[in-house]
Amino acid sequence: MEMFVAALTVFVLAVFIGFEIITKIPPTLHTPLMSGSNAISGVTLVGALLSAGSSEDPTLATYLGLSALVFATINAVGGFMVTHRMLSMFKRRD
Amino acid sequence: MGITLINLAYLVASVLFILGLKGLTHPRTAVRGNSLGALAMLLAVLATLLDQRILSFEYILIGVVVGSLIGVAFAAKIPMTSMPELVAIFNGFGGVASVLVAGAALIEVQGPSHQFTVSTAASGLIGTVTFWGSLVAFFKLMEVLKRLIQFPGQQFFNGLLTLVCIGLGGWLVLEPGQMDAFWIMVCVASLLGVMLVVPIGGADMPVVIAFLNSCSGLAAAATGFVLDNNVLIIAGSLVGASGLILTQIMCKAMNRSLGNVFFGGGGATPAASGASDDEVYAGKIKSTSADEVAMLFDTARRVVIVPGYGMAVAQAQHAVRDLADLLEQRGIEVEYGIHPVAGRMPGHMNVLLAEAEISYDKLVEMDRINATFQQTDVALVIGANDVVNPLAREDNSGPIAGMPILDVDKSRTVVVIKRSLSPGFAGIPNPLFAADNSLMFFGSAKEAVLDLVTAVKES
Repeated sequence: MEMFVAALTVFVLAVFIGFEIITKIPPTLHTPLMSGSNAISGVTLVGALLSAGSSEDPTLATYLGLSALVFATINAVGGFMVTHRMLSMFKRRD
Repeated sequence: MGITLINLAYLVASVLFILGLKGLTHPRTAVRGNSLGALAMLLAVLATLLDQRILSFEYILIGVVVGSLIGVAFAAKIPMTSMPELVAIFNGFGGVASVLVAGAALIEVQGPSHQFTVSTAASGLIGTVTFWGSLVAFFKLMEVLKRLIQFPGQQFFNGLLTLVCIGLGGWLVLEPGQMDAFWIMVCVASLLGVMLVVPIGGADMPVVIAFLNSCSGLAAAATGFVLDNNVLIIAGSLVGASGLILTQIMCKAMNRSLGNVFFGGGGATPAASGASDDEVYAGKIKSTSADEVAMLFDTARRVVIVPGYGMAVAQAQHAVRDLADLLEQRGIEVEYGIHPVAGRMPGHMNVLLAEAEISYDKLVEMDRINATFQQTDVALVIGANDVVNPLAREDNSGPIAGMPILDVDKSRTVVVIKRSLSPGFAGIPNPLFAADNSLMFFGSAKEAVLDLVTAVKES
């Protein structure tokens, strides 16, 4: 229970930080925000790595971890890359 | 020591994610912000690889290589007009990754706590609904799936599916050994995800993908509770908050509630009453030509361009930029008024205009540009309709009543480039086209703007 309350505290505070920051992002950048935050949600990668590498003899959990790893990596790598591509188009001409 | 070090690395990664998002608050710092986010991800991955629970790197290598190749292939090729499809499918991938991680953790766990089982069930439910919902949204955006599938009792059926999922989740919590409960729940949640999105129309997809974006974050956060992993919880909740705010903004811009989008049935329905096309348009439409508009520009000091998705479909962005450059060379002030739902996802129109090398400081959001229309000589509306319909302000009963619009009708002259007088998504006539200060320039967006460029050059 102790652990749960600690985790919940982190969760709630992070949601507040999220709200504070995201409301300051201008509408111009809302599409890059979506693709960028999408890439961040690829952080499930961390959990996938633990499952995919947990044993030397592959079990069902290894294969589930491997598929999770593929999906999460697509999400993270593709997401950050396409966001970079988009953001580098936003230029100011004087 | 090992665990402490890894957790400290996760803390640094979490801070970098937050700083990365903070970078997105201005176009000048945004590229750096995104790089910080990517760096945070790399750090989190490297720290995890130090974990002693990882015994074999073979499958990790395969997964990372395959995933990276597919990710790069997606990211490098996708045209900017298809960004909504890409975000939709990526949302889905994020969701399914969370489900699979939770499923794997369930197999490996010994003596699970309530926190573990409850969050495993939550991750399975949210992640699965996100995956299937996103897949349906993806096919709708691709226009592979055009029909709205609706049947009587649909909401009751969806409610029932939700209850079954919660029931199965409860079973898992009471009997953690029952892995079947988890996988049956995933199957039922799959059906739920599909059923939730099939009845929603294409016009409402911006709201749906913003909402699913939020869900993919929440699924990641739930997986964080499963694994007791703070970086997952923090990153997931940041994404959850972000998606939720965008959902709110989109709903407000379309004057719909989230409940109305999901359960209202197929998007805006044409008003049963209200004026017909003939009553609004008969005898009042003034058609114009490129030369006449060029003459208007001759005496103008300030021009506001209002692009709609029709402009992007016609690929007229570059022609529009050429026209704006030409006008600016003659000392005319040019700005763009962007409605939040101008594209097919939040901020989409800005990306499409930025791609045509239009300076970002010329792209002005709705509230700010609305304050300037009274000092505007010419408002040039290109391929937009419902978002400039003054009925939204005046009529209290129509389908767009109360929707915030761009007040182009307050400028001295309005020039509307449009193929015909056909209605927009809302299915109602637009009195703007018949207003005293409006001129209709009929034609496809690209050709009309190119004609304008030629006419301005010659004048």
